[in-house]
This record gives sequence, structure tokens and C-alpha cells, in this order.
Amino acid sequence: MTIPGSWYLVVAALLFGLGAFGVLTRRNVIVMFMSVELMLNAVNLTFVTYARMLNDVGGQLAVFFVLVVAAAEVVVGLGIIVAIFRHRATITVDDISSLKG
Amino acid sequence: MIIASVISVPQLIVFIVSVAIIAVGGVGLLTARYPVHAALFLVMTLFGVAILFIEEGAEFLAAVQVVVYAGAVVVLFLFVIMLLGVDREELASFAGDTVRVALAGVGVALILAVLFIVATGAWATGADSSAGKLTAGSNVGVLARSVFTTYLLPFELTAALLVIAVVGAVILSRRMVAETAAIEPAHLSERREVQQ
Repeated sequence: MTIPGSWYLVVAALLFGLGAFGVLTRRNVIVMFMSVELMLNAVNLTFVTYARMLNDVGGQLAVFFVLVVAAAEVVVGLGIIVAIFRHRATITVDDISSLKG
Repeated sequence: MIIASVISVPQLIVFIVSVAIIAVGGVGLLTARYPVHAALFLVMTLFGVAILFIEEGAEFLAAVQVVVYAGAVVVLFLFVIMLLGVDREELASFAGDTVRVALAGVGVALILAVLFIVATGAWATGADSSAGKLTAGSNVGVLARSVFTTYLLPFELTAALLVIAVVGAVILSRRMVAETAAIEPAHLSERREVQQ
């Protein structure tokens, strides 16, 4: 007998929580970005689990598209980080507060 | 043992080991003081998730996870860390004071509580397959048939998305000509004019 799907879902929830905590509390933009990747992976795990539980190929396809979008997001995001670093010489979020109201 | 009689032991061992890898990687990513260490912990977590993918029968996605995420995305992260020379130890890696960190922890814990209820409930079971059965053939075959028939348009759109992302990244990281003149010290730009 295989491992119940709810176990995977709990693991995915914990991983999502770790990622969310990292985004909320870390200062380094690059580490925050990695935490976002962690959250994306948690959601991917949920998709795969539901694909198996419901015997539906749609879940795995969603992960496929999420992977593509995540790759594009990393490329653009890191481009923005490089551009910010050129102008401000910092990647600490506390120093990048020009848009603060 | 009750659990061992319901679940096969090898699968349980693989599950526990991969969850341990994910946990160590995730916590390590959050607490790492150097960005490079955080990137390596991220690779560790991604490998753990790939193992879980294989255990759930998603072999193709596990391979893509390792090749694209651990191979390309993390290398990109490392490139940027090395290129910017920001691999310094952070004196205070967590933002704000302890109250803020505690509040963030409480918020995340609340979200987790809701997710636990959803995960352990049976709300989503019993629904019928709409995109096709997963067990209709080999994993790669089923995915390929679906991508190249039902989901052909989204698949082509991802190609456009990737091109847009690449062009955007090039434009973002390119130095504008006027900007370069403003940033460069005066004697450097003078020397260039003399050379021209």
C-alpha cells in the first residue's frame, strides 16, 4: 500500500510555511528569492499529490507550466536584482525603500 | 506496528529520508548566513522534492526538477551571487526586530493550521478526472500526449514567455549609453574620447 496523499500534503504545507517565513523575515533579496522558489516547490508537490490522488494528468501538467514560469521569473528577477545593485550597491531590502509611502 | 502493516516499509523509509532532506535543506536555507550556503541548501531541498516526485510516480517531473531547478536555476543564482560579490556574511540576516519575526511566525503558523485541516480532510477526493487519466500509459507518454494535444496553445505560449523573459533580462542588465557616461569617472570617458 502506498503512502497516503495527506502526508505529502502536510509536507508541502510545511515547506510552504518555511518559504513564507523566509520571504517575510530575511533581509537579503537573493535569499528572499530562494524562499519564493521554496514556496513554488511546495505548491508543485501539492499538484503532483493531487494528480495521484485524483488520477488526473492535469496536476502534473500544471507543475510543468509552473516550472517554465518559475524559470522565466528567476531570469527576470535576477536581472532586476543586478540592475538594483548597479544603482544602489546594495541588495539588502532595508536599504531599498524608495517606494515606501 | 500498525503503520507498517498498512504502508510498505521501503516506501516509508524513502518518504522519511526525503522529508528529512527537505526539512534540513529548508531550515538551512532560512538560517544560512552566506547566500552561497543558502543556494546549496536550496539544491538539497529540491533534490528531496524530486525524490518525493519519483515516489508519487512523476518520473518526468522529477528529472525536469533536477535538470531545470538544481541545474539551471540554482546555477543562475550562484552566478549572480558571485558576479555581484555579495557573498558576505550578514550581521543581522533577519529583518526587523524580534517582535516582527515572531509576528511573521504566528502568521505563517495560522496559514499552516488551515493547510493542515485542508490536507487531512477529504474535500478533494472523489472528483472525476477532467484532463485525462494519469495511469493511461507511461508517465512521459501520458504527459506528452496531453501537452501536444489538449494543452498545445499554453505550451506554445510558454515559448513566447521564455523569449520575452530572455529579452527582458538582457535589456535590464544592459548598461544604457547615457547612464554609462554619467557613472564613469571623468578621466575614463575622456580617455575613451581620445581613443576614438
